[in-house]
Order: sequence, then structure tokens, then C-alpha cells
Amino acid sequence: MHPVIPYLIAAVLFGLGVYGVLTRRNAVLLLMAVELLLNAVNLVFVTADATVQAVLPASGQVFALFVIVLAAAEVGVGLALILALYRRRASIAVDEIRLEEEVVEEGVTA
Amino acid sequence: MTSADVLLVALGAVAVGAAFRVVRTPHLVRAGLWLVVTLGAVAGVYLVVAAELVAWVQILLYVGAVVVLLLFAVMLTRAPIGASADLDRPGWAGALVGAGAGLGLGALLVDAYRWHRVPAPVPGTAERLGSELFQHWVLPFEVLSVLLLAALVGAIVISRPERAES
Repeated sequence: MHPVIPYLIAAVLFGLGVYGVLTRRNAVLLLMAVELLLNAVNLVFVTADATVQAVLPASGQVFALFVIVLAAAEVGVGLALILALYRRRASIAVDEIRLEEEVVEEGVTA
Repeated sequence: MTSADVLLVALGAVAVGAAFRVVRTPHLVRAGLWLVVTLGAVAGVYLVVAAELVAWVQILLYVGAVVVLLLFAVMLTRAPIGASADLDRPGWAGALVGAGAGLGLGALLVDAYRWHRVPAPVPGTAERLGSELFQHWVLPFEVLSVLLLAALVGAIVISRPERAES
């Protein structure tokens, strides 16, 4: 097995994920691109585990499992945030969020 | 080129092609469905490099749960059916940075590994991974369960309607 093949796949997936995070305006699509990034990292972990003799065997796969769990938690909280944003603004385009304006609004209503 | 290499190249081509569709398609729902293809192909790569448990967890958690959550988000935010023209920010900065990151990482890894061969890894059983997890990584495992609980409570608090205050 040539380990460079999965490593290259991971590098290309990471590049595509970075492109998606920087380009997409819709918050849900942003989360999908973040999933691509996390998958690229997982692929590097698992491939390194299969090709490098580590002090602790199989720790790369353990890390990959941890990252998958973190991704699940991230998507759960991210979905809640997107829904809160949608309720407030009726739009989830990330470049239309004005943070300063929000603070003033809170002060007036409170 | 062994059969494992051929499988890796084929699965990698599927994963990269579907990932490209995820970040380029103008259809919101199709982006989620292409994400399923990408994640499935990556799970196939895990199977080839003998990480069976990770592959099945990937299918179960990512394809089964995360993508369903994302599609719920698409539906709950009343995404338009069909193509929408305003999903992408104009400009080349994102493409430049993305291509730079991908090419840079690729060059780094190719330079580090060249065309070296490693013996095919022994098929890992869940037993080996589980004993490793519970011998050396118990504390992170427990911390992770606390973090999941915190994420659960946080998601409920954030998405609760605000009229409870008044």
C-alpha cells in the first residue's frame, strides 16, 4: 500500500473544505464545508495510524473516533445557533450578520 | 500498484469529485446528498486501510446522524427548492486560499512520503481498538461524554423560544 494516496486525498479534501468555508454564504453550507475539513483531518489520523509505528498502537483511530464525536456535538450546537439566527433575522446568510447593531438592539429592549 | 492502491485511487476520486460538488452546487439539498457520497467514500478508504470500526462509526454517525441534522436545518430554514444564485460570495479570495491550502498540504505530504510502500496493515478488530481506548485514553473519553452533555444542554437552551422570559 502506498500511503501517499490517502494523504493526497486528505489534502485535496482539506483544500476544498477551506474553499467552501470561505466562499459559501449560507450557514448550513458552511457547516457542510466544515465537515469536509474534519473528514480530511480524520483521514490523515487513520492513515498515519496504519503506516507509522506509534508508541501507542491504534491511537490514530482513537483520535479519529474522538473527532467524529466532536463533529456530532458541533453540528448539534451549530444547528441550534442557525435556527436562533433564522428566527431573529429570517435569513441565514453569514455575511449579513451585523454584530454591533445587535448589541444596541438588546440594550433598547432591556 | 496493488489492488489496495487501485481501490484507494477509485474511492479517492469519488470522494474528491463529490466534495467538489458539495462546495460548488447551487442546490442546497443536493449539497447535503453529495456530502453523503463524500463521507461514504471516505469510509471506504478507512476500510481499505484496515480501520473497520472507524469506518462503521463514520457511516453510523456521519451519514446517519450528521447529514440528517444538516438536512433538517435546510428544511427548517425554509430553503428554496431548486437552484439559488446567491449561495456563493463573489471573488477569487476563497478559491486562492483553498487551492493554496490544498496544494501546500499535498506538496508537504508528497515530499514526506514519496512513493514509499508500507506493508498492508493488519485488519484491526474492535477489540484491539476498545482495549486501547479504555487503557490509555480513558480520561479524554470521559471528558468527551461531559462535553456531549454540555452540547446537548446548550443546544436546547439556545433553540428554546424566548417568550419564557416575559
